[in-house]
Amino acid sequence: MTRKTLLPVLLWLCGLAALAAWAMAAGEKLMSVQVRQGELRAGPSFLAAVVRTVAYGDRLAVLEEQGPWARVSTQDRSAAGWIHTSALTRKRVVLQAGQKDADLAATSDEIALAGKGFNSDVEAEFKARNRSIDFTWVDRMEKMTVSPAEMQTFLAQGGIKPGKGGTP
Amino acid sequence: MKTARWLSLWAYLLIAATGCQTLGAVSKEMTDYAVSQGAITQEQAQSINRAATATGKAFEQITPEQEYYIGRAVAATILAQYKPYVNEKANRYLNVLGQTLAAASDKPETFAGYHFLILDTEEINAFAAPGGFILVSRGLLRCCKNEDAVAAVLAHEIGHVQHGHGVQAIKKSRLTAALTILAAEGARNLGSRELAELTDNFEGAVSDVTATIVNAGYSRKSESEADAAAVRILSRVGYDPAGLKEMLQEMDKRMQPGGPGFARTHPDPKDRIADIEPLLAGASAPTPQPAARLSRFRASLEGV
Repeated sequence: MTRKTLLPVLLWLCGLAALAAWAMAAGEKLMSVQVRQGELRAGPSFLAAVVRTVAYGDRLAVLEEQGPWARVSTQDRSAAGWIHTSALTRKRVVLQAGQKDADLAATSDEIALAGKGFNSDVEAEFKARNRSIDFTWVDRMEKMTVSPAEMQTFLAQGGIKPGKGGTP
Repeated sequence: MKTARWLSLWAYLLIAATGCQTLGAVSKEMTDYAVSQGAITQEQAQSINRAATATGKAFEQITPEQEYYIGRAVAATILAQYKPYVNEKANRYLNVLGQTLAAASDKPETFAGYHFLILDTEEINAFAAPGGFILVSRGLLRCCKNEDAVAAVLAHEIGHVQHGHGVQAIKKSRLTAALTILAAEGARNLGSRELAELTDNFEGAVSDVTATIVNAGYSRKSESEADAAAVRILSRVGYDPAGLKEMLQEMDKRMQPGGPGFARTHPDPKDRIADIEPLLAGASAPTPQPAARLSRFRASLEGV
């Protein structure tokens, strides 16, 4: 191959690579965590171990999807794992909304404002107005959590074998 | 004066178009014209459009975070009426079982997860507050002869959360009002007047849900949806979906017609059985309860 023909080929290849990179960046599906604490797991199941927790509003890149589960990576690419898509939203969740975010939230479906609307301030005001309503047991309920290992033991000891549609 | 006329025309159209998804777009065209005619300023137009779009958006789902706050207040309101059954072992059992079932539902993730608590009452009753706060009476647990039947009770309540039945009981006007306050307020922290207004709507929403689940009950269609979800959840996890039918038969025997709880808020157990029968048709024959499953059920719920 002569130098004359090599240059256009190289240029063409560079262009192709750039195009591919651009397509990947543009086609990357980003989703936000819409629950208080999301969990990235070793596999697409609630019985799989948690490899990393993610916070409300965190943006995650979807790498692949399998039924209602998505394999995602954190935006800094430091961790990847499986998360159930009911924990995610296509909207951008804004934690500290500025005026622009508030305007956008009111006029589009692109973003959701975290901590706005019915929030802890409203709950505090509700408690002040309704002194006879006690949240103690609701707070206790929230502390009752079950780990994947406990679920696995529970299913195994009870002789419960997953049926149609697979495991939890 | 001119401005006032424009505003009242806008308000009229807003009322006429309530429920219409294109409300924001309609408003935008009108305000653009109004600005071009010098009837209102650009700033007024923006404010109107923001409120109009927010009103249109009220018909969409509220965020899981807001559903969670409504659910907390609904559960607390019910707990002011019914005492919790303070039994660590029984409540722990209910949570391990319930959270395992919830993980197999179509909506396993809520803002702060599913949590279960037994209510200390003889009444046959259960409540699913939005966001996954589920309360089950001792009376209802007594209708359960084994773990598969308890699983059926919990899976039915998870079905209500999955379908968002609680939140759907909230009057649309309350959400519209709440969103309009937010749109007008923007990013600033709420002033005491706005907080009071928002709390009015919050109280209203909580009372809409509570009144529905405690007094009026859901429609037969909603109950049927929850039963269908329960059958799917039970099959997925590996419980016998016929556990739901057995539990309903036992409930039918124990329930006092005209009594409190499910007798008032739920369709007749016989009707519910008729509704789920087709869903159970494909299921395999009932399997005998393994000894370990039966003994942990008895040990966990003894005395309930």
